[in-house]
Amino acid sequence: MSKPLKQIHLAAHFPGVNNTTVWSDPAAGSHIEFDSFAHFARTAERAKFDFLFLAEGLRLREQGGEIYDLDVVGRPDTFTVLAALAAVTTHLGLTGTINSTFNEPYEVARQFASLDHLSDGRAAWNVVTSWDAFTGENFRRGGFLPREQRYERAREFLATAHELFDSWDGGELLADPVSGEFLRDARAGAFAHRGEQFDISGHFNVPRSPQGRPVVFQAGDSDEGREFAAAGADAIFGRYGTLDAGRAFYADVKGRLAKYGRTPDELKILPAATFVLGDTDDEARELAHEVRLKQVSGATAIKYLEHVWNRDLSGYDPDGPLPDVDPVPGENTVAQGRASVRTHRDPADVAREWRELAGARGLSIRELVIETTGRQTFVGSPLTVARAIDGLVQADAADGFILVPHLTPGGLDAFADTVVPLLQERGVFRREYTGPTLRDHLGLAAPRALAPAHH
Amino acid sequence: MPVRPSPSPEVHLAVALDGAGWHPAAWREPGADAARLFTAGYWASLVAEAEAGLLDFVTFEDSLGLQSTDPAGPDGRTDLVRGRLDAVLVAARVAPLSRHIGLVPSVVATHTEPFHVSKALATLDYVSRGRAGLRVQISERPDEAGHFGRRAAGGDIAGLYGEAADHVEVVRRLWDSWEDGAEIRDVATGRFVDRARLHYIDFEGPHFSVKGPSITPRPPQGLPPVSALASDAAGYPFLAGSADLAHVTPGNADEARAAALALPGAPHVFGELTVFLDDRPEDAERRLQRLDAAHGAAYTSDARIFAGTPQLLADLLLEWHGAGLTGFRLRPGVLAHDLPAITRGLVPELQRRGAFRRSYGAATLRGLLGLEHPANRYAAAGGAGPTRSGAAAAASAPATVAA
Repeated sequence: MSKPLKQIHLAAHFPGVNNTTVWSDPAAGSHIEFDSFAHFARTAERAKFDFLFLAEGLRLREQGGEIYDLDVVGRPDTFTVLAALAAVTTHLGLTGTINSTFNEPYEVARQFASLDHLSDGRAAWNVVTSWDAFTGENFRRGGFLPREQRYERAREFLATAHELFDSWDGGELLADPVSGEFLRDARAGAFAHRGEQFDISGHFNVPRSPQGRPVVFQAGDSDEGREFAAAGADAIFGRYGTLDAGRAFYADVKGRLAKYGRTPDELKILPAATFVLGDTDDEARELAHEVRLKQVSGATAIKYLEHVWNRDLSGYDPDGPLPDVDPVPGENTVAQGRASVRTHRDPADVAREWRELAGARGLSIRELVIETTGRQTFVGSPLTVARAIDGLVQADAADGFILVPHLTPGGLDAFADTVVPLLQERGVFRREYTGPTLRDHLGLAAPRALAPAHH
Repeated sequence: MPVRPSPSPEVHLAVALDGAGWHPAAWREPGADAARLFTAGYWASLVAEAEAGLLDFVTFEDSLGLQSTDPAGPDGRTDLVRGRLDAVLVAARVAPLSRHIGLVPSVVATHTEPFHVSKALATLDYVSRGRAGLRVQISERPDEAGHFGRRAAGGDIAGLYGEAADHVEVVRRLWDSWEDGAEIRDVATGRFVDRARLHYIDFEGPHFSVKGPSITPRPPQGLPPVSALASDAAGYPFLAGSADLAHVTPGNADEARAAALALPGAPHVFGELTVFLDDRPEDAERRLQRLDAAHGAAYTSDARIFAGTPQLLADLLLEWHGAGLTGFRLRPGVLAHDLPAITRGLVPELQRRGAFRRSYGAATLRGLLGLEHPANRYAAAGGAGPTRSGAAAAASAPATVAA
């Protein structure tokens, strides 16, 4: 008997501050005005997506000591947009990145519990960490968290937030005007956390929310990141959307769950993916090439190369050959505020590989950057794209995808109208939401309360 | 010294939303809907009622600890409303459901990051299209300090006000850190922003330092109005230095006059009153007594407690208005009863006397309050000659909208 078809999970990432967003397109709208977010969210909900995802930034990016101005710059506050979107949607999950370094657990737990109440159970938290002094210059705590402590703080931050969520077990709220009992139990919300990172106690002042606690997402590819996700996350933003790399990542991460007493279904693996649709595969490929040219201008290519070379390359011709000078070793001082800069392998190795590739194929700087920076993309007719997505999910390379259109805010429309119906016909994607909460969409059980019951 | 807008025959009116109302027994009243305090629908219906009454704005109370009768921490009581949702998120949740009314959430400056607060309020201004305000407060409570664990409990009040003043200064500088029109989308040069119109704020103070610029572009109002309350003169220096809307709690017209004179630079001085309104004065008095009996104690407040008819309240408000107050933030004793009494009783009474608007005449909260779209401090300093964006122009242009 063949394996039953896996159900695909789909989410939409509102595109933002990176060169995948084609802001120069005449169809590109605002990335700040609420109408853009509302349009994007309504499209995702019309398509029965699991959730919408918002990234976060806490300092404007800089390069060469100046604010980077070639990509979309600026974005709104995550919590505030998600709360407003709760008013214009009814089922769509609302996922936001919130940093565990430049926030405090009590405040973040309050905000997520509030969002979960205000959305009737649709809140999710992508927990990220930061250690850099650059971002820290905007915050009270300043910049300095030793790099090795970032997962330690994140782990304790998340555990502390869970203690706060669980400090109400859900049975305390009586609000009985006749008896005069508002609470059943005066200990509602009592908590005490004593740890290396946080030493806090008192009363959490938001009653237990519809999902108990928000769905937790985690991003990151390091061994520590994978372990952190396996230990406590509900979903991980995978990095690999190709068959072999995706299957390897999938097997590795799902394999880590057992030691935490968890089953493979309890952690969804969702890589980010871009897409370009056309009436035919050829048309889509042609369109995709045009999009890449808009995404990587000559100026953008030079700036991108500087991330690796860690030095000013403004004198080089983007249509010429790669620089013959070597990258500056050590900490990247040219580009600030970018995660991608920190995840590069040894720049000398990257430069060597790129020179070989450019030499072998006669690529200019711009052509090389276009060639090497393309992320996973689904390019083709709606049928081709639907088959590719389904194929990767059924082959256990992913549980679904977080789609990142290159246009704001209408970039999701065609996908919703053409690819989603094909996935529904194949029986691998929902036609209607089957429950009200994001946990329902993701097939996650209600969280187990960690705190002892009060009564 | 900045000068208050010339005295207007019209008063400004705001309502303070908190739980089921300001009387501790309010949640037990008919229609109080206390089981729904933690739902979006509850807050949306209150805001809709306030908007139907053409009020300038609503405020959302907040705190970082459980409500308590004991300033030191939780009182262990189970017979009163306990627990509340984050005020900024409540305001954002109702913003798309309302069109005209200002939305002013409370934020505790003592334990929050001005960078986060600045972008949250800027975003509230975007999602409400120019209707956001910030109500800033301090926290002296040791239990709230214990929720953060970063600092010793309490501290002297002057220090807390000083920190809050820095907080407001940072928030405003961050709002100004993008000039209007900084987003240029210049396809020819490939530049999305004109970085010359983005500014580091470089704030250095004893409590925190913040580099900037904001991650969020300048909000539609430029600088959303900042409101703060001081129940006694100890807080007046903070109000004078930091608030667009200085809220005070006089007990009579003389005290109202004294407060207005003490805050000459504040664009607005609002008086606060807790109100119990009924068609006959004796009904209002009796209702207050009934609430007190249910609670087991007489209600006390830092603000004047008014129990009477909307007509008598209108008399009092206009008397205090004459003494120099530009507006009022009313605290309904029981939201389910006294909010409709304000919107359907007090408002028509004030309108009859020519003392309140008959339709919303501006699209933004600053507009409703008669405040101009503010110049950007950095643009002025740099002499960059900013072009005003569409949003900025909309913020100051009076818009004719149906009530």
